[in-house]
Amino acid sequence: MAFSPSNLEAARELLARYPQKKSAVLPLLHLAQDQDGYVTPEAIEEVADLLDLTPALVLGTCTFYTMFKREPVGKLLVSVCTNVSCLVNGGPDLLTHLQRRYAGDPDVTVEEVECIAACDLAPVLQVNYEFHGPLTGETAVELVEAYKRGERVARTISGTAVKAVKSPGSNAGVS
Amino acid sequence: MAAEEKRVVTKFLRERPQDSFTIDAALENGAYEALRKALAMTPEDIVTEVTTSGLRGRGGAGFGTGQKWSFLPKGVFPRYLAVNGDEGEPSTFKDHMLVEGDPHQLIEGVIITAFAIQAHHAFIYLRGEFGLGAERLGKALQEAYDRGFVGQDILGSGYDLEIILHRGAGCYIAGDETGLLSSLEGERAMPRIKPPFPAVQGVYAAPTIVNNIETMSTVPHIINHGGEWYASMGVNRSTGTRIFSVSGNVEKPGNYEVELGTTFRELIYGLAGGVKDGKGMGFFIPGGASSPWLREEHLDAPLDMDAVQSELKTMLGSGAIMVFDETVDPILVAWRLAKFFAHESCGKCTPCREGSGWLEKILYRMAHGYGRPEDLDLLLGFGNNLAPGLSWPPGMTTICQLGPSTMSPVVSLRNYWYDEIKERLAADAARRGSIEVSAAV
Repeated sequence: MAFSPSNLEAARELLARYPQKKSAVLPLLHLAQDQDGYVTPEAIEEVADLLDLTPALVLGTCTFYTMFKREPVGKLLVSVCTNVSCLVNGGPDLLTHLQRRYAGDPDVTVEEVECIAACDLAPVLQVNYEFHGPLTGETAVELVEAYKRGERVARTISGTAVKAVKSPGSNAGVS
Repeated sequence: MAAEEKRVVTKFLRERPQDSFTIDAALENGAYEALRKALAMTPEDIVTEVTTSGLRGRGGAGFGTGQKWSFLPKGVFPRYLAVNGDEGEPSTFKDHMLVEGDPHQLIEGVIITAFAIQAHHAFIYLRGEFGLGAERLGKALQEAYDRGFVGQDILGSGYDLEIILHRGAGCYIAGDETGLLSSLEGERAMPRIKPPFPAVQGVYAAPTIVNNIETMSTVPHIINHGGEWYASMGVNRSTGTRIFSVSGNVEKPGNYEVELGTTFRELIYGLAGGVKDGKGMGFFIPGGASSPWLREEHLDAPLDMDAVQSELKTMLGSGAIMVFDETVDPILVAWRLAKFFAHESCGKCTPCREGSGWLEKILYRMAHGYGRPEDLDLLLGFGNNLAPGLSWPPGMTTICQLGPSTMSPVVSLRNYWYDEIKERLAADAARRGSIEVSAAV
């Protein structure tokens, strides 16, 4: 989808902050992802247009970074670390447990990620870029369920605090 | 064993964890006093003070901070400050804590540094995954603008500065200083060949200083107490204190700020409570995934950046110490780190793009019982094209350090377990039989 009027205004504000507007590629892709839940082909075109870049360059940048999703994902993105400090503290088992539990659940996407810089919490995961740990398979499922029931308020799919999101079409207030 | 923290950068956030990130608490603690002092100094005097302190970059390379600032070509403007908060080196989590716990200390350091190098734009490149960090730093930045610490005519000094909080989007190599510049320009975070160094041609091809978040957070303390005070702490050319992130199989994983010169033993056993569940030490990684490993016999070595490099042939790097107990398979850890490097290789240089993938595949089969007798020698053979010399510091065949770093785990396997691994590979092959060997992986 194209940017909503309020997000278009936010996009223009963002790009004007940089000495060269090309620098706003990542912030605008985050904004687009917050609005639509993933980075749509239309968003690539629109970001390119706003920044006077080719869509190829924006797409090339987009594909380079793991946080940008180019396919729809669940409202809850559960990112489980399996790098070495988590490896020796049960990270891979936690990942497998959650992948099995949420296979086929359209609201929850479980992904394996590289070190997320919270190794004192190993094994650690993030739900929409909020840190949680140390967890077992059971406590992790309880946590995700609490998000699903709305007892915990999730950040957007790009990790933005929900109150900062301007568009009603965003993933704000997952319930 | 006697071991205690010496808290400078982490003092406030440890004392008031409940609200250290708020402007009111920070001001009560004297935040922005160093800024007032710095604005009354000349930029040259600030650079001299920081040079006197001996402060060295806390991101990994350990380059002299004041010295780096002095490399800016004279009379060339505009200049930029890019603060590296991408913190991707596995098992490093100190910047994460500093951003969430004490954002005003960081902002103050950024303003002072920007003033010292006469930049009017500063970027704080923050790792995209730090949701709460971005929220708190963003709020702190707004508060700093509202109180006149950032923006036009800061505190009536006539100095203007814009600070932009720039969120990354999940990419290790954006933490390389030139990769960060590419990313900041809206592109893939591919490192650039040096020279020209960023101080000469950085973001938008203008002179740019790239400094780590911990480095920036230290600057206000140096201005407040003087370079001599900071230099009085530490050991040899490793002055001051440093935050070490200790994790893995330890009783109390966490960030510990200690005076440099403290030993690995004091840090791992004294502060982090030693190896978990009373097990013996297998090995430890002293400075992030890129650094060659150490073992029990090295525990009494001091945390001295130069001695660790010259005598132990490794580095303190990003200050991430990972501890593995005696039951952990070193090949499994080597494989997982190789998987990391293969995932994060940007693909620009052939040796790294191709080599990191082969490394991961071969280490995978070695760790999972499908290894071939010649595998370790095979790795060392092609690995010599990735990290010529197979020692530390390694030679370079790639633009950035990621390439040679991929070999650090393999070099460590060779150093400590060469014969053992050869025997294990031969036994694995024999157990499988000859037909399976040719079919495996």
